[in-house]
Amino acid sequence: MRIAILGFGSVGRGIARVILGKGLDITVTGLADSRSGLIDAGGIDLLAALSKKERGEPCGDPGISPMDVVERAEYDILVEVTPTDVETAEPALGHMRGALRRGRHVVTSNKGPIAIAYPGLRALAEANGVLLRYEATVCGAIPLIHAMQEGLAGNAITRICGVFNGTCNYILTRMAAEGLTYEQALAEARDLGYAEADPTYDVEGIDAAIKLVILANTILDMDTTLDDVERTGITLLSSEALQLAEDQDCTIRLIGEILPEAGVLRVSPRIVAKDHPLVVEGTLNAVTVETDLAGDLTFIGKGAGSTETASAVIGDILYIQSRHVQGY
Amino acid sequence: MKLEMRDQPGQLVAALKPISAVGGNIIAVIHQREATTPAEALAVQIVLELPEGRLERLLELLREQGVNVVRIGEERLLYECTLIMIGHLMHTDLSDTVDQIDRTGSAEVTELSVVMPAIDSPSSARITIRSTNRAEMKRAMRILRAVADQKGLLIIEPLEDA
Ligand SMILES: NC(=O)c1ccc[n+]([C@@H]2O[C@H](COP(=O)([O-])OP(=O)(O)OC[C@H]3O[C@@H](n4cnc5c(N)ncnc54)[C@H](OP(=O)(O)O)[C@@H]3O)[C@@H](O)[C@H]2O)c1
Repeated sequence: MRIAILGFGSVGRGIARVILGKGLDITVTGLADSRSGLIDAGGIDLLAALSKKERGEPCGDPGISPMDVVERAEYDILVEVTPTDVETAEPALGHMRGALRRGRHVVTSNKGPIAIAYPGLRALAEANGVLLRYEATVCGAIPLIHAMQEGLAGNAITRICGVFNGTCNYILTRMAAEGLTYEQALAEARDLGYAEADPTYDVEGIDAAIKLVILANTILDMDTTLDDVERTGITLLSSEALQLAEDQDCTIRLIGEILPEAGVLRVSPRIVAKDHPLVVEGTLNAVTVETDLAGDLTFIGKGAGSTETASAVIGDILYIQSRHVQGY
Repeated sequence: MKLEMRDQPGQLVAALKPISAVGGNIIAVIHQREATTPAEALAVQIVLELPEGRLERLLELLREQGVNVVRIGEERLLYECTLIMIGHLMHTDLSDTVDQIDRTGSAEVTELSVVMPAIDSPSSARITIRSTNRAEMKRAMRILRAVADQKGLLIIEPLEDA
C-alpha cells in the first residue's frame, strides 16, 4: 500500500520510524515538510529523509510543494500531519480536499479541518468512495473515536467527559503534588517540553475545546463550533484552591464535557474526588463515555507524543488497508 | 420524620407504602427501640425526599394505616454541593455573595473556608451549599455563576452533581 505524508515533524517522523521499525508493508511515495517535497513512485528512502531532518535540513526538493505531492504523487492514502490552524484549517484543508477529489483516502492528526469542516470533507469522501479517518486528532494514542464509532455502535451516548489536554493535566498534577504555583508548574512543563513557549492554546482550554467540537460534530451528530464551547482555562488557579480541594480528598482537573441532550459543551476546571477514574497523573489523558447499553466506560492513555500519535495514525492506515485498498 | 407504630409484622411495610404512593423517595430507615417508646410500639426514623406539597397527603395516609407521626424533622436541606471560588473575594464583598444564596430561602451556605495568601493577591474559598432539592441547587448555582461573572470571580464546580 502506498501513502503520502505531509508534515515531517514529531508525528510525521514517528510514523516513518514505525513503518521502518516494524517493517510494515507500506510504501511512502510522497513526502513534504514546510520547505520541500519528495515524490517517488518506487518508494522514498525514509531513513535518508529522517537523517536529513535530524541535521536540520529540508527533507526533499525545495522545488516540490506539499500541493504538488497531493496532486502528482501516486498514493492510496494521504497522511496529513501538518500543524493545526483552528481558524482557517489551512493548509491542511486544501491538502485533504485535493486528495479526496482525486479519490484518495485521507488519514490525519490535524484537528483544524476536522473541527471546522467535517461535514463537507465527509461528503466529499463519500462522493469519491473513499474514507476520511482522524483517530489521532483526539487524545493521541487512545482509540476513542474507533471505540465510539465501531465498538459502541448501537449505544446512545449520553455524556462524554474527561481530561483532554496533557499539558494542563501535568501542571495541575504538579500543583497538587508539590504545592507549586501555576507559574512554577508551567515553567517546569516548559522545561520538560510538555508546554509550548506560548502555552495559550493549551492552558486556556482551546485545545480541549477543539477536541470536544470534533467529538460533538463527528460522533454525536451535533453542529457546533469553537464558539459554542463554554471555556475556562487553568491560568487563574491558585495553589490554595488545590489545597482546599485536597482537604476534602479531592483535586482539580481541567475537564471537557459534552452533554448531547442539553447541547452543552464546556471546558472548565472542576473539583474531582481523588479516587475518581478521571484523576490521572502527569500528561495522561482520560475520557469517560456514558452510554445507555454499555454503561460507563473510561479510557486512559497517552494523549500525545511522537510514537503514541503515530500509533493512532497507523491504526487508521491499516484499517483502511484491510477494508478498502485493492489488492489486500 | 419520626414514626411510631404497633410492633407487629407488616407494620413497617405498611408505613413505607404511602411514601412511594405520594411520589416520595426513601433515603434511610433508622430503626431503634427507645426507652420512651411504649413496649408494644416501634419507633422508626425515616429520612425521605418528598415532592413539593405532598406532605399533608402523606400524613393523612399514614394516619389511615394507624401510624403515629411523632415528629417531622427540620432538616430539609438534603442536597449538598461544595465548590471553590478564586478571586478578590473580600474586595468584592464575600458576605454579599453568600447572602445572595441564603436569600433564596431554599438554599444556604453552610460552610466557608477562605485562604488569603497576601493582601491584593487573589484569595481562594471553599464553599458548601445545601438545598432542599436538586432544582433549588441548580438555582443556587445559577445565582452563584451570575455573581461570579459580575464580580470577576472564578468558580470551580464539582464534576458530579450533588
Ligand atoms: N505531537 C503530538 O503529540 C500530536 C498529537 C495529536 C495531534 N497532533 C497534531 O498533529 C499535527 C502534527 O503535529 P507535530 O507535533 O508533528 O507538529 P510539528 O512537530 O510542528 O511538525 C509539523 C510538520 O509540518 C511541517 N509543515 C509546517 N507547515 C507546513 C505546510 N504549510 N505544508 C507542509 N508541511 C508543513 C513542518 O515542516 P518543517 O519540518 O519544515 O518545519 C513539520 O515537518 C498537528 O496538527 C498537531 O496538532 C500532534
